[in-house]
Amino acid sequence: MAVENLKCKECKAEYELGASYFCEQCFGPLEVTYDHSRLDAVEAKRRIQAGSQGIWRYADFLPFAGRPGDPLEPGLTPLLRADRLAERIGLDAEVWVKNDAANPTHSFKDRVVAVAVAKAQELGFDTVACASTGNLANAVAAHAAAAGLDSYVFVPANLEEQKLLATGVYGTNLVGVRGNYDDVNRLCTQLAETHPWAFVNVNLRPYYAEGSKTLAYETVEQLGWTLPDRVVSPIASGSLFTKLGRGFQEWLDLGLVAGEQPTFNGAQAEGCSPVATAFAEGWDICKPQRPDTIAKSLAIGDPADGPYAVEHARRTGGGIDSVSDDEIRSAIKLLAETTGIFTETAGGVTVGVLRKLAERGEIASGEKVVVYITGEGLKTLDATRDTFRMHEIDPTLDSFDAEFAAVEATA
Amino acid sequence: MSVTVKIPTQLRAATGGQSEVEVSGGTVGEALDAVFDAHSELRERITEDGTLRRFVNVYVSGEDIRFQQGLDTQVNEGDEVTILPAVAGG
Repeated sequence: MAVENLKCKECKAEYELGASYFCEQCFGPLEVTYDHSRLDAVEAKRRIQAGSQGIWRYADFLPFAGRPGDPLEPGLTPLLRADRLAERIGLDAEVWVKNDAANPTHSFKDRVVAVAVAKAQELGFDTVACASTGNLANAVAAHAAAAGLDSYVFVPANLEEQKLLATGVYGTNLVGVRGNYDDVNRLCTQLAETHPWAFVNVNLRPYYAEGSKTLAYETVEQLGWTLPDRVVSPIASGSLFTKLGRGFQEWLDLGLVAGEQPTFNGAQAEGCSPVATAFAEGWDICKPQRPDTIAKSLAIGDPADGPYAVEHARRTGGGIDSVSDDEIRSAIKLLAETTGIFTETAGGVTVGVLRKLAERGEIASGEKVVVYITGEGLKTLDATRDTFRMHEIDPTLDSFDAEFAAVEATA
Repeated sequence: MSVTVKIPTQLRAATGGQSEVEVSGGTVGEALDAVFDAHSELRERITEDGTLRRFVNVYVSGEDIRFQQGLDTQVNEGDEVTILPAVAGG
């Protein structure tokens, strides 16, 4: 396989492939490097198309010494044309929705966790763990169960009940930490030093993050081996956003697709917008914030890849915007009403930003835009409470007619 | 003030294997300077031009110093100063 080593994104120091995630020289994040010099684009494309119906079809571009496997293989989620969504927000563009809620545990986190758990097994770990805002917790608990590994899942104790229930069911050690996600993350960074566990988003983070590239690869494949002109993606730590960019770039560099890097628009909630703020202010660091938003899956106040997300948005001529909690609720409804896709609050953030870009006239006529929906609405049901009214009637025709008299009168 | 500075595993080669260093200082900056005086190799790894590198987080008794006064954050007798990489999570 093509995987080569780990390399610091800051000072370029190189390290062997192991369970390490930051540079001992400068504390910069480590990233997996590959040697694709012997890759033949035509042959690689053939291998992909003959591959599995999930992310392992992209094994040539993932960080394994051997062929990875996983009984809960995620990926090849639907990419749907969303003309009525485009029309509702006044866009004369080709809008596509990548519905990544259609994964085994209903979020894009299945991709990164499948890669991290397979890597944990390759490295000989028997316990996996994570610091999570919820979706990752679901995925780690499920993939650990499927692989027969022990797991420890750390979340803020005040998480949405649906996400806690959908994690505990897998028989994991679910740990609710009294604090916010950044507190959970700090604790896990410390635990990773003292426990021989594979923390998927701490000591295995360089591998884990690679899983997000598969969303870019699928997009290209599903668009008939072409690139979108623009993508709109949520930003929490900034890892998904930057790895989408890396995925597109790898295939551009290797000749698997022609064109140029899409324009990248990032989406954050106003109540947790350290990356959007850094973009607006022109900073090359993100000032940490204390999150206060209904979009809990994006509530990372100290985003590890924030600076790289800002750089990527700038480099591609895009931007990073934020939306209010009310705009999030309304965007969840907008997506549901126009596409039949019910997304969680993070998807509301993303669609809310799409609507904002449309209102500002930033999306040109005919542009091909892909919107990444990363999670499932059933996990954040509270966000839809009181956004509609149920008609309650007696089981009689009179009661129905009385309730719907107004409708009939105007019919 | 006498404070304890916790050193991440990956940097312990620079402290002769010590996981924590006892130093004195009135602020986080002074405490870290005292650590660097004793273990000079750490200065370059953790700071750049007198400020913390952008992927280094420092906490005083669990609180991120960026929510306080940064390197000027006061430390009290017995406080624990923790240095951690900022590249986890998400």
